[in-house]
Amino acid sequence: MLQGWVIVLASFLYLGILFAIAWYADRRADIGRSLIANPVVYALSLGVYCTTWTFYGSVGRAAASGIGFLPIYLGPTLLFALAGFILHKMIRVAKANRITSIADFVASRYGKSQLLGGLVTVIAVVGVIPYIALQLKAVSNSFAILASYPEIIMPATAGAVPLFQDSALYVAMILAAFTILFGTRHLDATERHEGMVAAIAVESVVKLVAFLAVGAFVVWGVHDGVSDIFAQAAAVPEVARRLATADSPAAYGTWGTLVFLSMFASLLLPRQFQIAVVENVDESHLRRAVWMFPLYLFLINLFVLPVALAGMLHFPGGTVDADTFVLTLPMAHQQEALTLLVYIGGLSAATGMVIVETIALSTMVCNDLVMPLLLRLPMLGLAARADLSGLLLEIRRWAIALILGLGYLYFRVAGEAYALVSIGLISFAAVAQFAPVVIGGLFWKGGTRDGALAGLAAGFVLWAYTLLLPSFAKSGWLPDGFIAHGLFGIELLRPQHLFGLTGLDEITHCLVWSLLFNLGAYIGVSLQRVPNVREARQATLFVGGAEAAGAPGWRGSAGVADLLPLAGRFLGLDRAQEAFARHASQRGLKSVTELPADARLVSFAETLLAGAIGSASARVMVASVVKEEPLGIDEVMNILDEASQVRAYTRELEQKSLELTRATAELREANARLRELDRMKDDFISTVTHELRTPLTSIRAFSEMLQEDPKIDLAQRTRFVGIIVSETVRLSRLINQILDLAKLESGRAEWTVAAVDVAEVIHEAAESLTVLFAEKRVTLELEGCEAGLTVLADRDRLMQVMVNLLSNALKFVAADSGHVKVALAALCVPGIPLRGQVTANEVRVSVIDNGPGIQVEDQEVIFDKFHQGAATTDVLTDKPQGTGLGLPISRQIIEYFNGRLWVESTPGAGASFVFTLPRQAGDNGEVPQGDTVPGGGRGHKSPGGNS
Amino acid sequence: MIRSRLTAQRLAFLFLLGCFFFNYPLLSVFNRGGDFFGLPPLYAWLMGSWLALIAQMAWVVERKEN
Repeated sequence: MLQGWVIVLASFLYLGILFAIAWYADRRADIGRSLIANPVVYALSLGVYCTTWTFYGSVGRAAASGIGFLPIYLGPTLLFALAGFILHKMIRVAKANRITSIADFVASRYGKSQLLGGLVTVIAVVGVIPYIALQLKAVSNSFAILASYPEIIMPATAGAVPLFQDSALYVAMILAAFTILFGTRHLDATERHEGMVAAIAVESVVKLVAFLAVGAFVVWGVHDGVSDIFAQAAAVPEVARRLATADSPAAYGTWGTLVFLSMFASLLLPRQFQIAVVENVDESHLRRAVWMFPLYLFLINLFVLPVALAGMLHFPGGTVDADTFVLTLPMAHQQEALTLLVYIGGLSAATGMVIVETIALSTMVCNDLVMPLLLRLPMLGLAARADLSGLLLEIRRWAIALILGLGYLYFRVAGEAYALVSIGLISFAAVAQFAPVVIGGLFWKGGTRDGALAGLAAGFVLWAYTLLLPSFAKSGWLPDGFIAHGLFGIELLRPQHLFGLTGLDEITHCLVWSLLFNLGAYIGVSLQRVPNVREARQATLFVGGAEAAGAPGWRGSAGVADLLPLAGRFLGLDRAQEAFARHASQRGLKSVTELPADARLVSFAETLLAGAIGSASARVMVASVVKEEPLGIDEVMNILDEASQVRAYTRELEQKSLELTRATAELREANARLRELDRMKDDFISTVTHELRTPLTSIRAFSEMLQEDPKIDLAQRTRFVGIIVSETVRLSRLINQILDLAKLESGRAEWTVAAVDVAEVIHEAAESLTVLFAEKRVTLELEGCEAGLTVLADRDRLMQVMVNLLSNALKFVAADSGHVKVALAALCVPGIPLRGQVTANEVRVSVIDNGPGIQVEDQEVIFDKFHQGAATTDVLTDKPQGTGLGLPISRQIIEYFNGRLWVESTPGAGASFVFTLPRQAGDNGEVPQGDTVPGGGRGHKSPGGNS
Repeated sequence: MIRSRLTAQRLAFLFLLGCFFFNYPLLSVFNRGGDFFGLPPLYAWLMGSWLALIAQMAWVVERKEN
């Protein structure tokens, strides 16, 4: 009964039914009563994961490695346990941004980069082609085997059959036609295909029922339950080996790799992304899918091992390919209906995969590869064309045909060298390259476009080198020398033992190297710079999840008049108008024309277009009508991240408070200085008052004595008058000096500045004091005081200083043995060359005495007002000899002329008062370098104190 | 759905549990001859623990409190 025409008819009938279901579901969707808005349908549609790999290949895998087929299904189970963290987030982000494919997802995440979208598309197409070839191989094999019913003959290898007799070619063509009819009937703004999802859910049921039927037949129809099969298997050594897996580290490593790999594949394969993320109607459906999809996987694997063992028992010696046991076992028992059901189940598995995969890939090829290129070619004038929706569909149709063509080509070239599962694993390893950029992009804000490009490129190149090229070589299509000896004969570059890594199976080996370089390049290159404005915005949208998704990304604006025609060109005018009307009513407006030209409208138009042509292209198209002002980094931060705004405020506040603190400290310091000055003024006044009262008191006392007692003898009277006169002199001197100081300090003193010959001043001062020196019998010596050294100063003031210092010295040296020396010298102070001269540029005058010297702690204090040297108060029995204002006044004068005045002294060895003044430029006479005799360093002792 | 943080964490715990169940070294414990109700121990363990894990996942997400 199972003639060829029956099989062909059944196949077309089945495809027709699928088409009818899809058509019906689309119609229901159009009238708003969706068939697929149901969590069970969602969970079942996820069953597209199970292809002919599962349907035929798992049994083959089990026959080769026992339970080695299982990790491919344990991985997705584990992934769905993480759904709350990963899948849920991806769905939300994809919905908020109208993501239409995994390429769109990656491109959008890293700043809507067209280049990145293109790269992901290329990797996905190249990576998935072996997987499509696998479906073609499985379907054409099953057809060929079935065609020879009731005999069981393995089909000839594809390469041996002429092209036009190869059933796989026709299978590919029929599938292409069917997919084109199915998936590209119209263009939907959200790129969702309700009809397709409904059909896929039905296919999932069909393949599950078919497989369970075969399993039940084999276990209970042919054998006496599962235990019976295992018992029989255990008795045949060749079969018994499959009951336990190889107990070696490498075997467990492979196992773990496959669990890991399938985990990513069930998320990142274009068709899985399409069904799980893009076609998701309601994120709450995920809850049911969390357990229902793993349960589906469990059920479809329930009978795999028993069927594999039964097949090995029934067809000993390997004459029948284990990949066909599912079909050949019922054939061997003449179960025609069951055989046909199995064939239809296999067809379901293959068509489901091919339809969703090629639709997903064609969307990517169109949106992320072809459209960006076409839009950039100005000669085509596409950017100005009125209606592009037809063109979009045309591109997708060709893409579907091309992808299936490539799948067939791979099948012809490499398909025979591998079992079904091995072919599929090549594709799994390819899409695993998306894991770092997708998972990383969801949880790490630091990833950049460059990092993603580098990571993907590195991973893809290594995948191609270690897995894809060897698959060509194994089938003889490429010379296999480079597998055995490495590229260019370099041992380290052997594709399957790269860099000398051995002991791993080829899949693990490929994953180790490709993911290592992928992840390394992704992170390493990303860390080269901080994300730019656009990357940072997208990172916040993706990492932050839906909470951040509402932020508008456009600062410019464009009105409905610009945006509606733009959307209409890609979606068709009716659909665009409908979408805009919905948007208007969502915003509580009556009609489309009332929509304000704001950023929100632009964002809406962009997401609308993104659904049709991908986010990167949509951005370019919208940018063409929107006059967008470039976003400043600060503005983006403000728009995006309220937290950062708060942080900025905090930083500002901190800065303000820091400034305040600083100002407060300054104020406090100023206040303290003021208080100090105030106190000093008080001190000064009380000291002055005290100083003035002392002579006044004695004058008054002696005057009163003279007044009260007229009979005082003459000698007494003369003495009293003498005291009164000297006290009056002292008083007037004191008052003069106070006035002088007050003038100096307030800056009101009058200065007559002129060139002054220092030696002249010294001689004059010495002259005026000759009498006083002679009275006390103190010798005065002048050293180096020759004319020629001039300074710019007030001659009288300088005289005042000189007299002051000399009389001070005279005051403190002992009578008779006292000795005062004045030394004049020109000095060279480094760093202040005078008109290029490096010679003497400073005049230095020292007044050296052999008095008692000054205590170190007093050496600065004596320059304070009214402070008398310790030596004067110690031994002083009489009134103080000075006013305590001479030195402060002298210092003020010297400092006024940019000089310095200080004292050098060793207690007990005399003191030396030194002042320096800058030498006037251009004076003649080179005075020999003065010997800088330290004032207090002189050897001989002087009798302390004065009397 | 997995709006509740607790549910997400319970599932994540099951994920870790599954990673442990389905990998070395636990597998090597069951990877031996003999039989367990007529099944090879490793096969029985994997299918059994897999089903148990799915049941727990269903229980976690379908609980009334969600």
